[in-house]
Amino acid sequence: MNKKSFGNKLVACPYIVWSAIFIIVPLVIMAYFALTDANGVFTLANLASLGRYKKAFAISIVYAVISTVITLLLAYPMAYFMTKLKISSQKMIMMIVMLPMWMNFLIRTYSWISILANTGIINTVLGKLGIGPLKLINTPGAVILGMVYDFIPYMILPIYSVMSKIDNSLLEASDDLGANAFNKFKRVIFPLSRPGVISGITMVFVPSVSTFYISQKLGGNKTMLIGDTIEYFYNSGPDYYNIASAISLILMVLIMLSLFVMNRFTNDESGGVVI
Amino acid sequence: MKALSRLYIALILFFLYAPVLVMIFFSFNSSSSVWVFEGFSLDWYLSLISNSTMLGALKHTLVIAVLSAVISTVLGTAAAVGIMAIRSKLANKLIMATTNIPMMNADIVTGISLMFLFVFVGKLIGLSESLGFVTVLIAHITFNLPYVILSVLPKLKQTDANLHEAALDLGCTPVKAFFKVILPSISTGIATGMIMAFTLSLDDFVISYFTCGDYQTLPIIIYNMTKKSVTPDTYALSTLIFIVIFLLLIFYNMVSSKAERKAAKRRF
Amino acid sequence: MQTENIVQLKDISVTFDGETVLDNLSLDIKDKEFITFLGPSGCGKTTTLRLIAGFLEPDTGDVIFEGKKINGVPAYKRQVNTIFQRYALFPHLNVYENVAFGLRVKKLPNDQIKEKVTEMLKLVNLSGLEKRSIDTLSGGQQQRVAIARAIANHPKVLLLDEPLAALDLKLRKDMQKELKKIQEQLGITFIFVTHDQEEALTMSDRVVVMDGGKIQQVGTPQDIYNEPQNAFVADFIGESNIVDGVMLKDYYVEFSGAKFDCLDKGFEMNELVDVVVRPEDVDIVPVDKGMLTGVVTSVSFLGVHYEIIVDIGGFKWMIQTTDEHFVDDKVGLYIEPDAIHIMKKSEYSGLYGDYSSYSEEIDHLSDPEEVAE
Repeated sequence: MNKKSFGNKLVACPYIVWSAIFIIVPLVIMAYFALTDANGVFTLANLASLGRYKKAFAISIVYAVISTVITLLLAYPMAYFMTKLKISSQKMIMMIVMLPMWMNFLIRTYSWISILANTGIINTVLGKLGIGPLKLINTPGAVILGMVYDFIPYMILPIYSVMSKIDNSLLEASDDLGANAFNKFKRVIFPLSRPGVISGITMVFVPSVSTFYISQKLGGNKTMLIGDTIEYFYNSGPDYYNIASAISLILMVLIMLSLFVMNRFTNDESGGVVI
Repeated sequence: MKALSRLYIALILFFLYAPVLVMIFFSFNSSSSVWVFEGFSLDWYLSLISNSTMLGALKHTLVIAVLSAVISTVLGTAAAVGIMAIRSKLANKLIMATTNIPMMNADIVTGISLMFLFVFVGKLIGLSESLGFVTVLIAHITFNLPYVILSVLPKLKQTDANLHEAALDLGCTPVKAFFKVILPSISTGIATGMIMAFTLSLDDFVISYFTCGDYQTLPIIIYNMTKKSVTPDTYALSTLIFIVIFLLLIFYNMVSSKAERKAAKRRF
Repeated sequence: MQTENIVQLKDISVTFDGETVLDNLSLDIKDKEFITFLGPSGCGKTTTLRLIAGFLEPDTGDVIFEGKKINGVPAYKRQVNTIFQRYALFPHLNVYENVAFGLRVKKLPNDQIKEKVTEMLKLVNLSGLEKRSIDTLSGGQQQRVAIARAIANHPKVLLLDEPLAALDLKLRKDMQKELKKIQEQLGITFIFVTHDQEEALTMSDRVVVMDGGKIQQVGTPQDIYNEPQNAFVADFIGESNIVDGVMLKDYYVEFSGAKFDCLDKGFEMNELVDVVVRPEDVDIVPVDKGMLTGVVTSVSFLGVHYEIIVDIGGFKWMIQTTDEHFVDDKVGLYIEPDAIHIMKKSEYSGLYGDYSSYSEEIDHLSDPEEVAE
């Protein structure tokens, strides 16, 4: 194969040095912190003590899985219906979907408090109808809602972009070969949109499992997720950096493992898509 | 079916915008509540103008966003060109795997690991406060770089290798050939990368949170505000940001659709 | 019955964005024939195919299949299958599953599917490639998979939308023969769309020449070539010199300042007509023996013959001859009565058939020597 080249490979050097120092070295230091105590002596105590945070890990994973599934269920039809619109409407809706992503997610999350609070908008409306007040804020449901809300654009985008690239002649070919709408979806549209689904899942799962803001604001500090635990130790000062490192290390391993598993799903056919 | 699908799209969009609308609505509240509306006022907008912390943070955010976008675009474009020239498959794989780490990893891990590096090095050279402007800039450049590289690389792959050879054939030096021929043909990739870097940097909270020290950016200020009870001034600020981005998007769309129409005309 | 109509199009009009694509088109397609829609791009040939496939509904008019109106019947319920221009093979399925697609949709048992797919792959010479993924196949192999996939469903009519356009010349010629063979073997109707006149003439039982959303002529390849109905058809199929003429009486025509015997009749006395003379039907003779005389203005050597342009009273004729001539030679032209073909005046009169702007545009595919066989 004749590889293309437009310049000298040496121009990549600054980046290679940069990524070594600021991507690889920090992870090495993190591992070093995880495996030492506050005095820099090697120990497995940090990792051994992680059993205490089993619950945080378990809740984080459960919440992240639930919110990823809900996000997928909501986003998939959205992306599919969007591809049925006129091209100009598709572009416009894409813009509208992306617009909130450029706004600070802290504020968008926080606004849900106005909606969900005990004296908030929903309960005010319900009160006028003689119902309630319902306990909406500071519940697991509110945390999951927050995750779904914050990350749903990351699910819609990749699914839509893969789906809208499906060649129309493939859909016509499936009609032509006798497939009805259900078969067309099952045998052509869904398999071809799978790379988008996979990247959507990873793009929602990773921030969900590691968030530390949503749970604090909408969960009322009652549910400590992994992210909250890391932030808590970070704020507790340098003495706690070792345990914070250990948790972060495990979180990273967890994420890399799940990405690896997800990638296995894409690589068997048609090749993966990174968006 | 058509009506149902439209209704569905409308519902999802409503879901996406409900908090945004709430935010805009309460930014005009005359009282300090963010859920009981007592009357219309612009007081929160006026108080923003005199809020020096907020304005300072806005300045910090813009400085970091512009600098990190420019630096990561230059570094990243050079990196992409260099990566194309590397023939070793193993080296290529290693570099791309490293590039993918900040994109795949959780922001909190990226942020805290960078913080460890900065604190570690700061201790080594005896700094009392190791976090600040430099560290947050480095952190932003680091998480922007992969996005720049991954928007430039595909454009380079699409570029006809003969272009470069033709320029050399016509007497350009390799460097001149790159700037005259290759750079223009990958310019859209570079622009996309730069815009992405800029917006990612503007919006970043988690990584800045761990690396900024006293150099607080807007998201950090907002975080601190939401830690205490939120007053509508935060909403007013976000509304302003929303409007600016909205206008920018409309402008961008108008420009790009005009360019498209021009291109379409040229085809005939 | 051999001549039963399997597909009928009745008074069909289609417009896209106010632009007429098909203009009141009617056509009967016979069972088991190989019929080709031929025309330049934008003539409406693909639109016609898509109407029959069911991807498109006519604004007015009826599509009739085996005597029954099928307007509004969705594509997946029609007993026709299509071979798409760029094949439209499913990238997520391998060769076997692509061919099996229609059978799986029909919920046939696995052993029947296997038997059928094996048979189809054998028919298109792809046995052994079952497990290959689509993007590892060459263009020609993809073409064969597309054929196998379409005929695995046992369609009564196979629609082919410029299926050979993406192949190189050599492969295209092989596939032309093979498609013809497959059509004879299956004994079903093939409706073929192309802009390549040679392809149309070599493969088809009947050719439908289209332009501007209208049928210009329907007939056997021989009819179309020898008896074109207007200047468009004459020019589109092969090379033609088309000159203004006057039909003095039956079997007698005047053009280029001379009078000729011909084989055409049925025109009015002194009716203005278009006269077609194919370049290979003109003989070059010494000036004193010529029916017309002119000056050679350009000569190009094409291997089999020379193509020379002769100026006769300001009109440039193209003549194909095996004898060498030189620019500025004065020559005489001799035209046999059966080389002259008379056409009624049409909207295309005067648009085609003059080689004054001819600049050696050599097109292998429109080489009439090959076509004439």
